[in-house]
Amino acid sequence: MVEGSNPFEPAYRLILGSGFMKKFALQDHGLVPAHILLSPEESDEVLKSYGVDSAHLPKIRVSDPVVKEIGGKVGDVVKIIRNSSTSGESVFYRLVID
Amino acid sequence: MNLSEKEVSKRIEGLPLPQSIRRALEGELQDVEVSEEQFSEITETVVADYRRSKVEPCEAVGVVAAQSIGEPGTQMTMRTFHYAGVAEINVTLGLPRLIEIVDARKIPSTPTMTIRLDKDYALDRDIAREVAWSIESTNILHLGSMATDLAEMNVVIELNEDALLQRKITAEEVAGRLAEGTKLPAEQHANQIIMTPPEPSYRDLLQLVEKIKTISLKGIEGINRVVIRKEGDEYVLYTEGSALKEVIQFQGVDPTRTKTNNITEIGDVLGIEAARNAIINEATDTLREQGLSVDVRHIMLVADIMTCDGEVKQIGRHGVSGEKASVLARAAFEVTVNHILDAAVRGDVDDLRGVTENVIVGQPIQLGTGDVKLVAKR
Repeated sequence: MVEGSNPFEPAYRLILGSGFMKKFALQDHGLVPAHILLSPEESDEVLKSYGVDSAHLPKIRVSDPVVKEIGGKVGDVVKIIRNSSTSGESVFYRLVID
Repeated sequence: MNLSEKEVSKRIEGLPLPQSIRRALEGELQDVEVSEEQFSEITETVVADYRRSKVEPCEAVGVVAAQSIGEPGTQMTMRTFHYAGVAEINVTLGLPRLIEIVDARKIPSTPTMTIRLDKDYALDRDIAREVAWSIESTNILHLGSMATDLAEMNVVIELNEDALLQRKITAEEVAGRLAEGTKLPAEQHANQIIMTPPEPSYRDLLQLVEKIKTISLKGIEGINRVVIRKEGDEYVLYTEGSALKEVIQFQGVDPTRTKTNNITEIGDVLGIEAARNAIINEATDTLREQGLSVDVRHIMLVADIMTCDGEVKQIGRHGVSGEKASVLARAAFEVTVNHILDAAVRGDVDDLRGVTENVIVGQPIQLGTGDVKLVAKR
């Protein structure tokens, strides 16, 4: 039984709010796709397969909350696996910038 | 010889196709007996069809996207307000909302949140209402009435016992918060609080009243109203005002399914990729609500362009259009004189590589077949 669902026992036992902090992984949020930090070798491979410089990749800030969570540094390449409504899953790369 | 189901799955995985098409193909071939030859004929046809359906190289996708979103935009209502359920929460919709999204406004004109609750909290109306009350920012007018006593030159606040119980705050706490907020002593006797301005002047008295009204006594600042609605078998909270960072840390709130319509805020709290998804969702929902359907790929292109620099930037003078390399292309968009003047002062050179500038000078544009260069191989 859910706490407080008994009409004779109002849900006053719930302690809500006031400085309560909850930790959750940002990547669990429905809007946030999976971010994977690539090793230098892996990112070189990606750049080679697309035939581009790392500067040509789309960017992501080092201050981005998800980059902070996965511990990315400036110059790293982040692989993002998006849920796409057209292609199911699609892979995207972003370069971590300042 | 027929291929085994496992073999079929394995071969489909290796095809150069997007995941959704691979899944569909796998589904179709599940209970069908196919021989090696038939299988390769099928996959060749599928792959060829997929290749044909892709956008041609040098195709002007941006123009197509602009048209595809702009044309239905002409059919949208210029000003609509929508009421979320019976309980009157204002949300800007229609064209103003679409403009707001592509303009990447820092704060939307009607910020609102959709708060979903944890399993233990979502199914019971009373518990959901408790959470709602503790999230909703409470000010003095929610708890009782306030009057000015001109004879005594003070403000008399009468607190309502029921309201205090309902919002779970005591008269002492209220007095404490008020004293803290106004930096003035608050005399409290039972459910009455008396506050006196430092000097007996009418102006100070009236200012004190206004000040007291703005003090948030409980809840999250910025969440002005919370409405509960039942969706399926769970209760969902809708708010007027938005404070994503605070709300997702609240007990009882399911942080993974709680969202706001403020895209910049999503970008700050959940990151750029979440902002991209939010742009796509908000734009699609706005169009759908007006009975218009735009292919999601166009909206995805817009969202990608808006977020490719790592922060949400607008489509417009201060964003995508303003960052074009060509002086002529920028001048053709907005504030023509400023751009040309600045370029002249700096001595900028236009390489004439884009579309707009080549149209202006009357050259073939670099799009489609115009973008293909032939090099003779000797």
